[in-house]
Amino acid sequence: MTILEDRPTNPAAGGHDRPIGHGRMQRKEDPRFVRGKGHYVDDIVLPGMLHGAILRAPVAHARLVSIDTTEALAHPKVLAVITGADLQALGLAWAPTLSMDVQAVLVTDKVRFQGQEVAFVVAEDRYAARDALELIQVEYDVLPPVVDARKAMDPGAPVIRDDLAGRTDNHIFDWEAGDKAETDAVFASADVVVSQEIVYPRVHPAPMETCGAVADFDPIDGRLTLYETTQAPHAHRTLFAMVSGIPEHKIRVVSPDIGGGFGNKVGIYPGYILAVVGSIVTGKPVKWVEDRSENLMSTSFARDYIMQGEIAATKDGKILALRTNVLADHGAFNATAQPTKYPAGFFHIFTGSYDLAAAHCTVTGVYTNKAPGGVAYACSFRVTEAVYLVERMVDILARKLDMDPAELRLKNFIKPEQFPYANKTGWEYDSGDYEPTMRLSMKMAGYDELRREQKEKRARGELMGIGISFFTETVGAGPRKDMDILGLGMADGAELRIHPTGKAVVRISVQSQGQGHETTFAQIVAEEIGIPPEDIDVVHGDTDQTPFGLGTYGSRSTPVSGAAVALVARKVREKARFIAAAMLETRPEDLEWEKGRWFVKGDPSVGKTIAEIAMGAHGTVALPEGIEGNLDAEVTYDPPNLTFPFGAYICVVDVDPGTGHVKVRRFIAVDDCGTRINPMIIEGQIHGGLTDGVGMALMEFIEFDAEGNCLGGSFMDYLIPTAMEVPDWETGFTVTPSPHHPIGAKGIGESATVGSPPAVVNAVVDALAPFGVVHMDMPCTPARVWEAMQGRTRPPV
Amino acid sequence: MQINLTVNGTDVTREIEPRVLLVHFIRDDLRLTGTHWGCDTSNCGTCVVLMDGQPVKSCTVLAAMADGHAITTVEGLANGATLDPVQQGFMEEHGLQCGFCTPGMMLTARALLDHNPHPEPLEIREAISGQICRCTGYATIVRSIQWAAEHSISAADTAEEEVRA
Repeated sequence: MTILEDRPTNPAAGGHDRPIGHGRMQRKEDPRFVRGKGHYVDDIVLPGMLHGAILRAPVAHARLVSIDTTEALAHPKVLAVITGADLQALGLAWAPTLSMDVQAVLVTDKVRFQGQEVAFVVAEDRYAARDALELIQVEYDVLPPVVDARKAMDPGAPVIRDDLAGRTDNHIFDWEAGDKAETDAVFASADVVVSQEIVYPRVHPAPMETCGAVADFDPIDGRLTLYETTQAPHAHRTLFAMVSGIPEHKIRVVSPDIGGGFGNKVGIYPGYILAVVGSIVTGKPVKWVEDRSENLMSTSFARDYIMQGEIAATKDGKILALRTNVLADHGAFNATAQPTKYPAGFFHIFTGSYDLAAAHCTVTGVYTNKAPGGVAYACSFRVTEAVYLVERMVDILARKLDMDPAELRLKNFIKPEQFPYANKTGWEYDSGDYEPTMRLSMKMAGYDELRREQKEKRARGELMGIGISFFTETVGAGPRKDMDILGLGMADGAELRIHPTGKAVVRISVQSQGQGHETTFAQIVAEEIGIPPEDIDVVHGDTDQTPFGLGTYGSRSTPVSGAAVALVARKVREKARFIAAAMLETRPEDLEWEKGRWFVKGDPSVGKTIAEIAMGAHGTVALPEGIEGNLDAEVTYDPPNLTFPFGAYICVVDVDPGTGHVKVRRFIAVDDCGTRINPMIIEGQIHGGLTDGVGMALMEFIEFDAEGNCLGGSFMDYLIPTAMEVPDWETGFTVTPSPHHPIGAKGIGESATVGSPPAVVNAVVDALAPFGVVHMDMPCTPARVWEAMQGRTRPPV
Repeated sequence: MQINLTVNGTDVTREIEPRVLLVHFIRDDLRLTGTHWGCDTSNCGTCVVLMDGQPVKSCTVLAAMADGHAITTVEGLANGATLDPVQQGFMEEHGLQCGFCTPGMMLTARALLDHNPHPEPLEIREAISGQICRCTGYATIVRSIQWAAEHSISAADTAEEEVRA
């Protein structure tokens, strides 16, 4: 294995802050991937395996009148056709969602969104299963749909969830944070108040690998093995046990290589349950893999927040308060995935990076005839929406005050001495030092020079925009006193074993979807124990092989599981001290640690390496009382607080005045994720998130027509950036460790997705300033930009 | 119907349904699962293989159309234990994360370098612009292909050296 030196892309960006655990090193998982030997769900073939396919509703809202499966069942290769009525007889027609609602596995009464699951065919091969779908006759009685969330609460609006007893409207929840009276008082006396409706349109994580499963139920011993595209294998196993009645110890969930997740693979989809039912019914393994349209039309979307933002400030630019009322479109079933106490996720971090006197937000969730979901796409539990709101509002305020947006931000940052900082909605930010990060991004961008260039170009009628975003994330959910999902505390486990020859295996409860856990977690152990990362195997993604924990989403792997791994390594190190003392016939307190070795204080030549201690532990050395003959340990980590990574992003765009086409010319990203482990992997995470941000800002949009037809149901309609739409990213970093994390790491997976959309939109709006444009909603497609230039901005609904 | 083709240098003869897509033939019949499937509409490029040295999206090619042609999949990139410089470059420069788009990206890169051993970054971006990666943001893929270009001894280079000599 090649271990390379740390190579920060910008030498000015803090070369003094060395990463830990050997820093930049090649990924341990890559040799199999570059040989085409990754092992994804659809690569699994079991003896006798059958194939499932789902018939989906062609309309958004309709009574189910009848289903005739006779012809499909007569197909020579079809073994079973399962309908909602069949599931009802088994008590499996409805499954609990991650938000305490229920979702239909197959339609029994009414179709509630286009693409909803209506019937499941099991056949000998995937082509036959698809053929048989065409042979199912379904009669629908079409109903008027609710498409626009703004109309969901209108009197007389069709009631979508008439399956819920006593339900007479489409209201799901009201939630608030902050002090309303205090905030209103600050607004009432402020010099300047600016208001703006800001829509974060519906988008989709769209991982390259769609969702799928292979279910293998053994009727003899009642054991279910479920290979699944899941980011949270343990949580899925528990939920499957609760729903199916199969005892948890008889269920094994295996999450093999995952072809991207981004939150899309957190929820339990009907297809997974149907694969299990199909296997139980046929007695054979059943594979179900959705196609791209199914993925885009039925699985967890993201955002869909309509936000009324208001910001109050003094006339010289001291920001005083923020308030917002949000209308949240949750689709037909409330299936968002976030800690139970927080129906709007962590949206109340919307106070951002600024020291405010007051803040208040309300969020109202409603049902519409659209696919369920909402918390996905690397969003850190709605921090994406929060950051977008505050960073757009600050820019709008800057325009109103005629202040430079960088200067306005610098003036209002929370100061380093204010950390830990209690914001006005209940968060305690762990650490931060915002100004150096902002200044570094400006230096890398050549900010003043860019503004000069812009001025010259404007004089020539050219449209150049510079957009800034400064974000604070809240990740690493979370402390069990506050955070659970369906009653499961959000902790993660780690088990470490040092084998007799000094090689190691660490078993973790989180699940990589490309983040490189097999490398990063080996590096954490290497840092703590002092054995090389290549001697440490990381095991994940199999509930029979790993300790319990809630999985990978919300940038929680390094903040939670990374902490568990560091602590389990320290536990092993401490145990090694006792064994080394026995081996050296001295007292544990007389030993001193250097990386990889305990030695006698004052006599460094006398000591034992971890490998020698491991052999001793498993050998014949007389062990002290209470020390067992191994070098193993396990830990379950309950984080004391969340971590708060932050960053400064600057985007430079050129807008074609003739077509409205936006070209992202440069993008400068300076991230602070605390202590860094593998800078190469960190940079990769940031690059990917920046691309998401450009995609959402400029092109991605799950749109619906008035009948509720999904207009973003393929990659011909749902546009994702290619290499031609994104620039060569310019990244830098600062390091402000988390004070409560064992190694000071904060997490990085979602920072760029969270932080970049406002930078791009701020740049586009800045470019359009000569047209008097103060705000435009995403996506900034050529047509929408053109309309904005004509003074006809419109929300994306 | 029967088709005869070469896959990674090996002659293959198979009976197939005429409607079977090349991607399914490669994955399900030949069990070469390094070629992936991602969209059905020729937009994502996770299914890219080389047909007579040219990248094609195997989700929009019928297996029948490959009759008489030479197919290279990711499994055919390495020469035994020796990786193609493109494969090495993707590891060196972090050109992959989840690995799902990677086989298609690497095959397009191979085809590009075969025709243009020293491409400019923009030429690399154009070459892979028919393929989507959700993880990397493309910059590291461009660097990976540049690494491969810098570490390849191509036929064109050899010829050039001979001329100079």
